[in-house]
Amino acid sequence: MLTVTHYTILSAILFSIGAVTVLVRRNPLIMFMGIELMLNAVNLAFVAFSRYLNNMDGQVFVFIVLTVAAAEVAVGLALVVAIFRARDNVDVDEIDLLKG
Amino acid sequence: MDLGTFTEAFIFYLFAGIAVLAALGVVIARSPVRSALSLAVVFIALAAMYILLNAPFLAVAQTMIYAGAVLILFLFVIMVLNPRLDILGARTTAQTITAVVFAAAFAILMIAVLAGGHMAPATGAYTPEVVAKEGHTQVIGSLLFSQFLLPFEIASVLLLIAIVGAMVLARREKGAHKNIEG
Amino acid sequence: MSQSLWLIPAFPLLGAIINLVVGRRLPRAISSWLAVLTVAASFGVSALAFFNLTALPAEERVIHETLYNWIGVGSFSANVGFWLDPLSAIMILVVTGVGLLIHIYAVGYMEHDPDYARFFMAMNLFVFAMLMLVLADNYLLMFLGWEGVGVCSYLLIGFWYYRDNIAVGTDEKFLSPRSSGTKAFVVNRVGDFGFTLGIILMFWTLGTLSFDKVFAQAQTAFTVGAPVVTIMTLLLFLGATGKSAQVPLFIWLPDAMAGPTPVSALIHAATMVTAGVYMIARSHVLYELAPFTMEVVAVIGVLTAFIAATIALVQNDLKRVLAYSTVSQLGYMMFALGVGAFGAGIFHLMTHAFFKALLFLSAGAVMHAMNDMLDMRRLGGLRHIMPITFWTFLIGALALSGVPLFSGFFSKDEILTAGFATGHIGLWIVGVLVAMMTAFYVFRAVILTFGGAPRWKEGEVVTVAGEHADDAHGAKGLHPHEAKPVMWIPLVILAVLSVIGGYIGLPAVIGPNQFADFVAPVLGEHAMEIAPELEWTLIAISVAAAFIGILVALWFYVGNREIPARLARYYPWLYALLANKYWVDPIYDYLIARPGRWLANAFWIDIDGRVINGIADGLGNGFRGVGSRLRTLQSGYARGYALAMLIGIVVVIALVVMRT
Repeated sequence: MLTVTHYTILSAILFSIGAVTVLVRRNPLIMFMGIELMLNAVNLAFVAFSRYLNNMDGQVFVFIVLTVAAAEVAVGLALVVAIFRARDNVDVDEIDLLKG
Repeated sequence: MDLGTFTEAFIFYLFAGIAVLAALGVVIARSPVRSALSLAVVFIALAAMYILLNAPFLAVAQTMIYAGAVLILFLFVIMVLNPRLDILGARTTAQTITAVVFAAAFAILMIAVLAGGHMAPATGAYTPEVVAKEGHTQVIGSLLFSQFLLPFEIASVLLLIAIVGAMVLARREKGAHKNIEG
Repeated sequence: MSQSLWLIPAFPLLGAIINLVVGRRLPRAISSWLAVLTVAASFGVSALAFFNLTALPAEERVIHETLYNWIGVGSFSANVGFWLDPLSAIMILVVTGVGLLIHIYAVGYMEHDPDYARFFMAMNLFVFAMLMLVLADNYLLMFLGWEGVGVCSYLLIGFWYYRDNIAVGTDEKFLSPRSSGTKAFVVNRVGDFGFTLGIILMFWTLGTLSFDKVFAQAQTAFTVGAPVVTIMTLLLFLGATGKSAQVPLFIWLPDAMAGPTPVSALIHAATMVTAGVYMIARSHVLYELAPFTMEVVAVIGVLTAFIAATIALVQNDLKRVLAYSTVSQLGYMMFALGVGAFGAGIFHLMTHAFFKALLFLSAGAVMHAMNDMLDMRRLGGLRHIMPITFWTFLIGALALSGVPLFSGFFSKDEILTAGFATGHIGLWIVGVLVAMMTAFYVFRAVILTFGGAPRWKEGEVVTVAGEHADDAHGAKGLHPHEAKPVMWIPLVILAVLSVIGGYIGLPAVIGPNQFADFVAPVLGEHAMEIAPELEWTLIAISVAAAFIGILVALWFYVGNREIPARLARYYPWLYALLANKYWVDPIYDYLIARPGRWLANAFWIDIDGRVINGIADGLGNGFRGVGSRLRTLQSGYARGYALAMLIGIVVVIALVVMRT
């Protein structure tokens, strides 16, 4: 019998993998992919709750999240393009302007 | 969806496994293109999950937006920037291990929390029968345009901003010409 | 007229401020005569106050004015207030009167000096401080004046700070004016330390510093000979030894001769050095409660008088002779105070002010005439060239020697008689010896300077050793002449005072002692019962001592010049001892100055430099080190931040989970 717990556990696992992707990979594009992974994991959790609580709010929320994620990807990738066009080098670690 | 218990479980575990393996593929793949394609597999697996969870509209929306648009965007940028094969790992090995360890710790903690938790009673009005009767898309639509009107409008403004912003950010300098081949 | 005592110190203060601020831009005449005018005004008000005081009946002769409450902190309160009684009345008359004459003289003496404004500013400031000292109604205000005169002394001794050596025409090495000023100030500071401790002890035990309250309470608070009051009076006396140049703190006074002669006359003969004597006389109530301290004062006074007189015997510089003579006479005053004859001590203070100022000013006239050369071995024969100076100097010398009919005789005799009558026979004998030596050395000075044939040549050029003669006088060579009227008129006035000043204090066998009667309400009745025959005998002995000294001087220096030279050869060790001033300065240097400097260096370099700076720098460096290590966290490395966030989240969740 599937309970919400199964889905949420899957969501947690996917989220962690997304986090590792962000932390471990150097290519900014792949880091973004990790972020998308995390967003998706959360979406899964929302939908699961929505199903098991019989409450549609979760799914509406997911819809909005979908929209926002798409917008964010657009802007973020535009940023990446702008930054890395100048350097001809796609290594996130090279950007350390915040270095104190 | 009203399937047999066994069938439901089987589909769940199948697509769950695919999703996890593909996610790992995103982390581990050396070529960015391979990572992107693995990500696509994750998206589709999740879409299958949504269907299992009685949200067909969302499943389709997910596939269209994520697998169809976001992913293509990723692939375009990969093509434009033409990065070399990525070097795996953070700045130091210690950081890599730390990251993995803590992420694993996070996962374990969450699983522990979730497994030991109690679900609240299902008090909402939208039981699967109601949703099936009205149609999933109609339900979401009516909610969006009544209760969630404001977020809906804001989301559309947000999209507009994102479009304009992306265009401004990615514009080339006047006169400079970048060769995108090769 | 009753609320106007404050005018007395106010006038000179005003003069000092004016000269300080605009003096340099004023014409010389205005700047200098302004200074004279303020002191004259002060003298006028003092005289008026004196007459007002005498109009009161004898037992009530006190005028007490309080200007305002100066310090009021917790239980401690001190006013700015003035106390006029017979004792302070005499002091203000002496200070302003003699001060006025000296200021007038100084106008002529300093007429070629470019820094006249600074000079008169300091002189006026000094008069102000001295007046505050003697008019104060509490010990704290007196200490203000005490310190003030010390500062002015420093300023005036070091007046020619830009010169290293001011001794003309001689090989003798004297301390530079700047070092002399510093020496005076530092040595005084040692005494002031004792004074301060005494004041603190006074406040601690009596709770007040006002004269009236202190003297009233002291008699009930302390038993005679109690350790507290003995220590207190000893500490105050330590201050007096510094200011009044007694053993062991007298070393600054001879070197103070590096200052202009009017300064020597005013500060180091007539007024500042008498501050210690005044202070002890004022505090006689306390001293009478401490017989031990009185003995100490008397012994040190006589000891100082003896040592200084012996040194004066062999000095070659005229001003140095007078300086040691001052130290010696101050010793006499202390002797008087120590045996309980407070009135006699103040009487001698007054007569000494007259004739010592006279002697110094005359010496100044000689300096003026001889292009600043004062080595007596090179003087001589001046009595025909400068007759007025000669006669006034001679009168001063007679007064100093204690020859009858002159003021010094009356005051010195009173002291010696008091010493004998109170049983201090040994000290009295030494006192008589000192009187003999005093007469000898001052007449030696008279004869060497004015008598005999000149040992210099007209037109001879005399300079400071190693320098060229560059001022108007020096380049032209010696051309001695009498002083200007602005200089000799004060000399004459002082000479008259040196003669008649003693008649107000006649010995008991001869007549009434008006001086003692006048100060009796303040200083107490110290009628010493002596049989008239004894008193005449004592008078005869002191007169004889004076004449013996004079005759020996005549014998040595008019009769046979060879004798002093032969004495010096037969007793070389004695001569060396005296000529080197008992080697006091080198002894102090080795015992005190060098260890002091070593200690100061140790504190400076080792403790302050290494330890304290080490701590401060160490703290600073420590913080910097920590900071630079912490700074590596700010790597600018975004993923590092993200990792940190993840770790934080995990920790928080773990904590929450543990709790439930």
